[in-house]
Amino acid sequence: MYLILHIWRQQGPRDKGHFERHEARDVSEHMSFLEMLDVINEQLIEAGKDPIAFDHDCREGICGMCGMVVNGEAHGPQRQTTTCQLHMRQFQNGDELWIEPWRASGFPIIKDLSVDRSAFDRIIQAGGYVSIRTGSAPDANEIPIPKGVSDHAMDAAACIGCGACVAACPNASASLFVAAKVSHLGLLPQGQAERPDRVRKMVAQMDAEQFGACTNHAECEAACPKGISISFIARMNRDHLKSMIASSDDVEARPAK
Amino acid sequence: MQKALTLYQTSIGKKAVMAASGVILLGFTLGHLSGNLKAYQGPQALNEYAAWLRSMPSLLWGTRAALVFAFGAHVFSAFQLWSQNRGARPVGYRRKKSLATDYAARTMYWSGPILLLYVLFHLAHLTFGQTFGFYEFDKMNPYNNMVYGFQIPAVLVPYLLGNIALGVHLFHGIWSMFQSIGINHPKYNIFRRDLAIGLATLLTLGNLSFPIAVMLGYLEPTTQTFYFPELE
Ligand code: HEM
Ligand code: FES
Repeated sequence: MYLILHIWRQQGPRDKGHFERHEARDVSEHMSFLEMLDVINEQLIEAGKDPIAFDHDCREGICGMCGMVVNGEAHGPQRQTTTCQLHMRQFQNGDELWIEPWRASGFPIIKDLSVDRSAFDRIIQAGGYVSIRTGSAPDANEIPIPKGVSDHAMDAAACIGCGACVAACPNASASLFVAAKVSHLGLLPQGQAERPDRVRKMVAQMDAEQFGACTNHAECEAACPKGISISFIARMNRDHLKSMIASSDDVEARPAK
Repeated sequence: MQKALTLYQTSIGKKAVMAASGVILLGFTLGHLSGNLKAYQGPQALNEYAAWLRSMPSLLWGTRAALVFAFGAHVFSAFQLWSQNRGARPVGYRRKKSLATDYAARTMYWSGPILLLYVLFHLAHLTFGQTFGFYEFDKMNPYNNMVYGFQIPAVLVPYLLGNIALGVHLFHGIWSMFQSIGINHPKYNIFRRDLAIGLATLLTLGNLSFPIAVMLGYLEPTTQTFYFPELE
């Protein structure tokens, strides 16, 4: 398989960046998208050039490290699939691909296709946890949770934090990520104690990180490799309004880096 | 007071303001259409209705104040969200593929401002009596003012465009509103889109029926003269 690639090259956050043309020859349809880029990188290294920087780790669709926009689609053309799990059989011989990083103020570009997603870490630090007694593991059935509730919480917890929602959103909003994180704890009994505070803190941090606001396009849901539903965004909005109206504490977001 | 301020400072709070003010404006457009249907009962009925509206000054001005406030809040938060969203992606994609969004959702920031212009035009035409020199405005006869207006293409066209923009805006807006304030439930979610389609269609076709009826000659100018002290 032969492909023409236009890959975004950018030296650092302040560099302007540009597309660089590459040709990929003898691409096997069984390769993953990242393996295809590995081959290009080996050629670049052999030629004494700078390899293309891109993030990856597990390469099995569970860690959330990988991600790039391929022909205008976050994680490429296959639905509910991370870039590392995208295979070259999804493309045709002779295809021309434009490969770009996630683009958002909240995700400054580190280099080429690699972006800084520590904004997500700060949102989690703001409230994406439950403060519980640590120590020996509690008995599995100590707190009864109805099957439907745990399934629903699991649907939200499937979020791997890759940032495709932000990349796909016309407003670069992080609503789907934050909603998933707010909901998976907010649905479970263990998450109730901090539920009102959690949503306010996480939303405040989300805004401070310069993400956009949701205008309900549902592009995030379509791009999400885990198929997380925008119904969680409605849930977050409801929780947030309730908390803002009922709670007396003020929340200040920690300033973004 | 402090808390309301804090809520508005969050993006979700601004969206809630959009939704709450949107619902007020939506309620008004529905009431406005149902009242205007009096035109189909004849000039007398419509003009009496107009006089009746003016016969309760406190209610009239109360409603006007609420509408101006809602409109202002709607436009103001739309502007703030717009600038937030613009800043959120300074460098765009070469070409972004849309997978889920629709025309109406993508053009909210076009249909909205078109509505603003349209509302100003509409007020100038029928409330403030701007006739562009084509006919004589008769404040005792709102019926004729409407019919004469719609006989002029330069007046007709903004009405057609304005109401199409209204339909497009509400097609996304009504659905979006439920999401924004978190009214969602797996059992009822499908009706949110149906309701948006239903109301947007009803309002657009209902409003457009008046200019169309005039164009087809179904609503004609009346030669009757009217006098209502309320319309002075
Ligand atoms: C200058 C006039 C207007 C502007 C600039 C404007 C702008 C907007 C914008 C930007 C949104 C956000 C939509 C989104 O979620 O992406 C919106 C929502 C909405 N608008 Fe307007 N609009 C205007 C007039 C109106 C009028 C006259 C009505 C009603 C008849 C209306 C009803 C709504 C409703 C119901 C929503 C949904 C609120 C939500 O998303 O939560 N708007 N408008
Ligand atoms: S590399 Fe872990 S999800 Fe793709």
